[in-house]
Amino acid sequence: MAVKKFVVGCFDEEEAVFDAVKKVRKSGYKLHDVYSPLPIHGLDKAMGLRDTSIHTAGFIYGITGTTIALSCISWIFTKDWPLNIGGKPHFALPAWIPIMFEFTVLCAAVGMVLTFCYLCQLAPFVKKHHFHPRATDDKMVMVIEVTPKNDAAEISSFMNSLGAAEVNTQIAETGWWIGRYDKEQKLYADETVSA
Amino acid sequence: MAIKEFFEIPKRYRTWSLALMGVGVLSVIIGFFLYGTSEHPDRFWAALLQNSVYFLLVVNASMFFICATTLAWGSWQLTFSRVTEAISTAVIPIGIITAIILICLVTIPDIHIYHWLHPHGDKILEGKSGFLNKGFFLVYTALTLVGWIALGAKMRKLSRSLDENPLPSTESARKWLFKNTVWAAVFIVWFSLTVMSVVPWLWLMSIDAHWYSTMYSWYTFASTFVAGIALLSLFVVYLKNQNYLQYTNEEHLHDLGKFMFAFSIFWTYLWFAQYMLIWYANIPEETVYFRSRITTDHESGAYTGIFWFSFVINFLAPFLILMTRGSKRNYTTVAMLAIVILVGHWFDFYQMVFASVMKEHVTLNLFDFGVAAGFVGLIMFSVGRALSKAPMAGRNHPLLKESIIHHT
Repeated sequence: MAVKKFVVGCFDEEEAVFDAVKKVRKSGYKLHDVYSPLPIHGLDKAMGLRDTSIHTAGFIYGITGTTIALSCISWIFTKDWPLNIGGKPHFALPAWIPIMFEFTVLCAAVGMVLTFCYLCQLAPFVKKHHFHPRATDDKMVMVIEVTPKNDAAEISSFMNSLGAAEVNTQIAETGWWIGRYDKEQKLYADETVSA
Repeated sequence: MAIKEFFEIPKRYRTWSLALMGVGVLSVIIGFFLYGTSEHPDRFWAALLQNSVYFLLVVNASMFFICATTLAWGSWQLTFSRVTEAISTAVIPIGIITAIILICLVTIPDIHIYHWLHPHGDKILEGKSGFLNKGFFLVYTALTLVGWIALGAKMRKLSRSLDENPLPSTESARKWLFKNTVWAAVFIVWFSLTVMSVVPWLWLMSIDAHWYSTMYSWYTFASTFVAGIALLSLFVVYLKNQNYLQYTNEEHLHDLGKFMFAFSIFWTYLWFAQYMLIWYANIPEETVYFRSRITTDHESGAYTGIFWFSFVINFLAPFLILMTRGSKRNYTTVAMLAIVILVGHWFDFYQMVFASVMKEHVTLNLFDFGVAAGFVGLIMFSVGRALSKAPMAGRNHPLLKESIIHHT
């Protein structure tokens, strides 16, 4: 992935983040992301993110599960190995519905969890750059990407005007990597990676 | 535009409610002379039983909704709490009508809907006579209706008492909330002793006095609760269209839609579980219930069509249509689905009563729909009247603000 330059600012309050996000979008600077220790309702809309399509994925996984369960059980009990169970017909649909239902739920649940991990790039040993260690504790961290059209100093002063604290510039890997965190990045220290 | 505090009953609303009630009364009179005076008046009385019990349980579900959300310390429903309360006032007239019908059913000797009234010589019915007898039936029915009406009135009174006397301090708000919660809990206990257990056994399941199902009461409850939420959504959408309920928005509608979606699935779960266990065990004394309701290898039950129709309309339609977020937040979709669910569960009740009373063939005709129209008119009339009496927003409720800023 690419190494890019970012301007990072911290906020204490949710309301301040909403205001800041609105102003950033108005100003035309490229909002990279907002990191927060708690879910902020409505922030995705304010940031202009599209609705997640994980529901659709879940529906497709569920339908797949139903289909697999029905075709598998019906093939086994009517073609492959027909058994007389309590005098019931071989195609005993009511008896299969609980199993079809459970398999649907299993496929939908596991599929959605894996999809979610894939979309968020979460996996064991996978590491990503932390812009601020306290984004997992008590700070809302807003990150603006520096593009060739503007420069870091300009964005930093803009960030300060929004009321952000601890404004700094970082050069960071945007993608994920496997292994350890950067040796230079001290996770739990008050740090500023110099440009 | 000025915000309207009180519901002013529109002329068309009043005309419609009176016209529907007129149709209902006319249907009952015509039905009485067509069927009620014949040698076998069961056709007439079964229609009255089905409609009165269905609509009574549907409107009573809204008081259950109030009490359940109160107990859960919910607040999202408070922006339209007066609508829920208004629907629950319809328990009084419909409860009285139901009581009269049930008294007739057990006292008029020509009616043979409840076979357990004459257990002589029938071993099974004699064994059940400690529970299924005229005295217990009448006493428990009376207690049930009095309990619902009195406890419902108490809950409404508690809510109304805040209109004139706002709570002065946090301490008094806490006290009021505690009192409200206790009364809600009392209602829930009585509700669980009636709708969730004994009342469906007495009023409906005892039509097939030999047969029993442990899921029957839950099935009845699920059916009427989802229909009750549908009725509530319908009124909310209607009032929203008339420019009332300024604090209610898509967020609240979304939650009502979720309730309709979830309890449609819950109903289907019970619908299926009751069927599957009986199908699997295949014991004649249990399968007899489904003989008139479903097609087997040997014969086709008269009510097969209605049985499957109620599955499609009560499960597939809400499940597939209400699945997406957008449709639960759309006033038109929710209103349409609410009507579908109300009609669907009416047919479910039709199948529950008539497939046991008139086993040979389906007798559904305009008379049944006419009686249903009468009850719809009665609900419209009493809800409209109750809404016009109390201010639309319970504005002094301590948790109201939570409901106004509610979003999902």
